[in-house]
Amino acid sequence: MDRLLDPSFVLGHMNYWLFVVLMMTGLYIVVARGNLLKKIVGLNIFQAAVFMLYISAGKVRGGTAPILTDNPGEAYSNPLPHVLILTAIVVGIATTALGLALTTRINEVYGTIEEDEILEIDHQETEREVAAILATSAQDSANA
Amino acid sequence: MIAPHILLLLCLAIPLVGFGWCWLFRNSPNMRDGGVFALALLLALAVISIFRAFNGGAEFDLVLVQFQPGLSLALNAEPLGIVFALVASTLWIATHVYGVGYMRGNNEKKQASFFSCFAFAIFATMGIAFSANLLTLFLFYELLTISTYPLVAHKETEEAQKGARVYLGILMGTSIVLFLPGVVWVYATAGTLDFVQGGILGPNVKPAFVGILLALFAFGVGKAAVMPFHRWLPAAMVAPTPVSALLHAVAVVKAGVFTILKLDVYIFGTDVLTKTGASQWLVWVAGGSIIIASLIAMSQDNLKRRLAYSTVSQLSYITLGVALANSLGVLGGGLHIVTHAFGKITLFMCAGAIYVATHKTEISQMRGLGRQMPITFTAFGIGALSIIGLPPLAGAWSKWELLLASASAGQWFAIAVLMISSLLNVAYLLPIVVRGFMPAPAGETLDDTVSGSGSGSRWAQVREAPVLCYLPPALTAFGCIVLFFYAGDIIGFMSPIVTESGR
Amino acid sequence: MLEGIVQNAPLLAIMLPLIAAPVAVLFGNKSVAFYISGATLVLSFALCVYMALLVSDGSILSYHIGGWAPPIGIEYRIDAANAMVMIIVSAMGALVLPYARASIEKEISPGHHTMFYACYMLCFTGLMGVAATGDAFNVFVFLEISSLSTYVLVAMGARQDKRALSAAYDYLILGTVGATFFVIGLGFLYIATGTLNMVDLADKLANSPDNKTIRAGFALIVIGMGLKLALFPLHRWLPGAYSYAPSAVSAFLASTATKVALYVVIRFTFSVYDASSGFERTTLEYIILPLAITAMFTASAVAIFQMNVKKLLAYSSVSQIGYMLLGLTYLNQTGVAASFIHMFNHAMTKGALFMAVGMVVWRTGSALLPSFAGIGRTMPWTAAAIVVAGLSLIGVPATAGFVSKWVLMAGAFERGWWPVSFAIVGSSVLAVIYVWRLVEVMYFQEPKATTKDPVREAPLAMLVPTWILILAIVWFGIAANAPVELARIAADGLLAGGFDNGQTVILGIPGR
Repeated sequence: MDRLLDPSFVLGHMNYWLFVVLMMTGLYIVVARGNLLKKIVGLNIFQAAVFMLYISAGKVRGGTAPILTDNPGEAYSNPLPHVLILTAIVVGIATTALGLALTTRINEVYGTIEEDEILEIDHQETEREVAAILATSAQDSANA
Repeated sequence: MIAPHILLLLCLAIPLVGFGWCWLFRNSPNMRDGGVFALALLLALAVISIFRAFNGGAEFDLVLVQFQPGLSLALNAEPLGIVFALVASTLWIATHVYGVGYMRGNNEKKQASFFSCFAFAIFATMGIAFSANLLTLFLFYELLTISTYPLVAHKETEEAQKGARVYLGILMGTSIVLFLPGVVWVYATAGTLDFVQGGILGPNVKPAFVGILLALFAFGVGKAAVMPFHRWLPAAMVAPTPVSALLHAVAVVKAGVFTILKLDVYIFGTDVLTKTGASQWLVWVAGGSIIIASLIAMSQDNLKRRLAYSTVSQLSYITLGVALANSLGVLGGGLHIVTHAFGKITLFMCAGAIYVATHKTEISQMRGLGRQMPITFTAFGIGALSIIGLPPLAGAWSKWELLLASASAGQWFAIAVLMISSLLNVAYLLPIVVRGFMPAPAGETLDDTVSGSGSGSRWAQVREAPVLCYLPPALTAFGCIVLFFYAGDIIGFMSPIVTESGR
Repeated sequence: MLEGIVQNAPLLAIMLPLIAAPVAVLFGNKSVAFYISGATLVLSFALCVYMALLVSDGSILSYHIGGWAPPIGIEYRIDAANAMVMIIVSAMGALVLPYARASIEKEISPGHHTMFYACYMLCFTGLMGVAATGDAFNVFVFLEISSLSTYVLVAMGARQDKRALSAAYDYLILGTVGATFFVIGLGFLYIATGTLNMVDLADKLANSPDNKTIRAGFALIVIGMGLKLALFPLHRWLPGAYSYAPSAVSAFLASTATKVALYVVIRFTFSVYDASSGFERTTLEYIILPLAITAMFTASAVAIFQMNVKKLLAYSSVSQIGYMLLGLTYLNQTGVAASFIHMFNHAMTKGALFMAVGMVVWRTGSALLPSFAGIGRTMPWTAAAIVVAGLSLIGVPATAGFVSKWVLMAGAFERGWWPVSFAIVGSSVLAVIYVWRLVEVMYFQEPKATTKDPVREAPLAMLVPTWILILAIVWFGIAANAPVELARIAADGLLAGGFDNGQTVILGIPGR
């Protein structure tokens, strides 16, 4: 634990602290917010935190961009995590787009994008459905 | 002479053909029922051929699918199984004839599905009889449960549905929760599930383990109806009577006790049970079942329910034979499968005949019926006396063997149980016959239920049920008498299973 | 030509469907889209069977994408375990497609049919890719391909029931959270080892001292994938998604998606990490085992009280996933094999059930229990299919379900955990109850008279694929040798640890 009191350790891992804070912020929004749009925003923050984790981990202090030079001693940052995260960003954008599209459709159909209201509507729908079918089967047995 | 393997396959194939046949000719009843009758005859013939081939020393071992060493689907014939198959197949002929009379006499609906499920149940029974290992037996055991479920639920009334639910719940529940783990445990311990003379658990098995395993099987084989898992049997009485007669007096319940006998002889080994004393508790449980079920039977007014409880009690005779853990007990149990089958099927078919003729189900309403239906009631009387165990009827021998077994095992409790139970049998079976032959109470019983006026004329209208309904019980009653003289041969045929060589 | 196909089998099995997806849309004709998809799926299935034959001697296929050798290049690495999963996915994909063609006529508006096929093919590609790849990050990419298209597929149920939208949204949020956790886990692994190739990872992890980054990576991977595979209690998205998706989608997802996610967990736990000791073993025995048993009972108990049959089946899936996880925790050959056998058998069983239930919904318009009344008479073949598949779900002998239950119990006894085997049978009894509720309604209640057109048997296009599965259930219930053998080889490979047993066969373009 005493490592946490060592300023060089704390500052040296600054990217990780930020990552954790950002990640938890995002996750908290996803869990705690009832608005579907805000959930997507939370999801984006959550994912952005991961992007930061990868990118910062690939950074080499004093390293340049990984491009071809004549100097074999030239230090460069690790390009692999950066490239990986490009893919992840694409996935993130696709997810966001799809989430927004779904939200729009939900708004059209339900007339709201508040989670608790949607749950309520879903719940009523189920009850109505069950009541209707029970009524018809009661009618059937009455006919029989 | 057909090769032994083919005979075994035929025994499975013939009922299966019957299953398809009923479905194929579902719209032409005569074709359907006639064809199944021919198939039933063929099946009996096939089983008899197996019996003769076995006596001639033929080898039957037939592996259908091999999964791993010690784990396969395989068929084989051994004395116990042959006897069981003989009983089931010959009685199928009688029951089929009877079933045709009963179903048509009652104008039951969905007869085609009834007869096809029936044939499938016979298929499963044959499979049980000729299983070469516990896995195969378990497979057919479950198939039997599933194929008889639609038969129990046949009437599709609320009551039938409830009865069928209890039926399936208990039979499948016990087999899954207790029987299956037992089977897997045996496999995990012994590395095989083949039926081997003298058991497969090995010499160093712990008594406690044998006790637990025996408990898993004794209760897990719900079809043996050891209390407290007997409730399905009375519940199954909502089924049409042919089902109660063949399946719930012969095939299904006997499949249960047959399984327990097989486990005793070929999985545990009688010697192991004797040495470890692990079956001692089962003597008490089976004895308790016998007495309690008999007492309950006395209090039942519904004829079929009374017979059902009587079956519960009689099945525990066989379980008791196993629990005694000596060779006499096993042989007595095996013989009791045969004698009780003939006796009980007679009783059930008579109950059905009474129902077809008069639509009466309660014993209290049957006073005087015997005078109108003498053949039915005579057959019933013979069946009842055989169950009670009076000579010269078959039931006498199996009870005698079991008594001897108890004496040689020194189980005084078992002897007392057998004695008391015989008295109880007298008390709940004979009054039905006696009452039947009493003079009809003028203007009392029938009017109350049938019309309410013009008693005398109504009463005179009661006649025997159609010939297809009273002939089969008469034949099986006759069988009870014949078997008395051949019981020794049956014992002789089965005795190799308790001697060292196995043959 | 043939040599080329055979040499590139791992790639083709995945890339052909990927190419088929946009092509299906470009033609703009739903019949063309159907035939293109169908042809690629059948080809893909054939290739998977071929690869399964290749690896059935215990060897591992290694395919280097573009000829770049791993660990620099991306590698598809296939042993018996992935071959089995790929067979499940491709067989179910090919069987559900003809069913889907008939089923979506009613469920999805005609303009969207080509889109449906495209999404279906993308989903298929993703699942196959996850199963085939030997590169950890590639798993994530394929996983997201399949997940994104799955969300769309689920949402397509909205024409029938608007709740499909909220279900898809829930699935999207939880699925993305799961995938992101997984990526974080991968990130930790990469930070600790500097590689993402599974073989390489396994080597480096085996040689590195235990450290918290590696442990945290494992935890994140298991939890992230736990969300995707509906590990109890992370299963909240599953009942809604399966209930309101179009029937064909439910059938396909229920039989494949969770199994592929489970495969990822297995691959990471056994091949990348070392499950035989330490932290990973503790996780299996003290976290996964209790959760699996809880799932088996809780989800089954919840299933009993469902009015919606699709939801009933969905909860049953959650409990069956418990069985699959249970086998892993034994850490013996029989147990791990049991997991794979149950994946295989349950895919057939649940696929058949969802397809059969889908046919009832197709005719009666509702998945609620009362609309199943009397279909034993009006739709005899469908009802019979439900009964047989239901028996398999219970685990009755002569059905596939029995085989998996048997192996699972045998494994428990081998491990000395006999109470676990009683938990297995106890949960089966709950299955008896929920299956029999359905059977009683189908056979004992009068058909509803109020529907406008009388309920008839479903069309052959839906019935035939369902019955192929039913026959397969019975076939693999009796002649179970092939899947059991393959699963045992898979289990041996996994339990040996690492992902390189020295029997690697390199496929693909040689050189570079």
